[in-house]
Amino acid sequence: MKLADAGIFVYINYLKQEAAAEQTLAEIKSAGGMGALCPFDVADRVAVIGAVADILLDQGRIDILVNSAGVVKSGLIARTKEADWDSLVDTNLKGIFNCCQAVSRPMIKQRWGRIVNVTSVVAETGNAGQVAYAAVKAGILGLTKSLARELGSRNICVNAVSPGLIETDMVAALTDQKKEQIRSQIPLGRAGKPDEVAGVIAFLVSPQADYITGQVIRINGGLYM
Amino acid sequence: MRGEMELEEKVIELIIEQLNVTREQCVPEASFINDLGADSLDLMELIMEMEEQFGVSISDEELQNIRTIQNVVDFLRKGGAA
Repeated sequence: MKLADAGIFVYINYLKQEAAAEQTLAEIKSAGGMGALCPFDVADRVAVIGAVADILLDQGRIDILVNSAGVVKSGLIARTKEADWDSLVDTNLKGIFNCCQAVSRPMIKQRWGRIVNVTSVVAETGNAGQVAYAAVKAGILGLTKSLARELGSRNICVNAVSPGLIETDMVAALTDQKKEQIRSQIPLGRAGKPDEVAGVIAFLVSPQADYITGQVIRINGGLYM
Repeated sequence: MRGEMELEEKVIELIIEQLNVTREQCVPEASFINDLGADSLDLMELIMEMEEQFGVSISDEELQNIRTIQNVVDFLRKGGAA
């Protein structure tokens, strides 16, 4: 929404949440913005390459990539199944790699690009019960910083945003007790709003952020400093 | 013989376009990095462009040996491309 408000043509990727994607597109259009749906599995390399090729055919260029696809699976390490680890790595890390790789060449060619990867506060704090999730989210930081170094000379900025406790479906699944326990550690004393994350992403792809690359912007109410 | 000249010309055309250099700079022994001002990303772009145009695949090992225009032409000839 925030990107479309800035006049950007937005392709909304989804895998399973078709209704939510359609609703977002409807909101964009009713606000006078431009966009389209673009369903594919980020973990599927061939699908990613195909989708990027289609977008290039339609638009001639890709300026911005926001990697926010992610699944969350929690559990103590002794109870974590191999399939859980694999799906976290495939969607949350390989998915970002696939998308970054696919857009890197067109961005290099056009000598301009902005990539924002969404990680998590647990990448830096760690979290008991989220060994796999935190490992993958920490992996995103290494990917982001390395890519920022690799593509900087072509005016491609690569940054990460690291949200803390945000009012999303993922957090709604936590018990009230757990939510209260986290909230008590947040200096601002409340969970963040999805809009407060989107606003930072919109800033990072705006001209105001042209000199910011390789950074991790934490959006967590002070939960981790 | 004519085919070989054409191949070299095609390669040089690509290099002129990719690296923004002049035809005069593109002598066979010109080094991409030292003489034509390419960096590693330029080289990567050039190689990927050549892979597409000539329908070849250049391995990382072979890439190590490609430093000059002549190296590229030799490689493409060996690979039976074009």
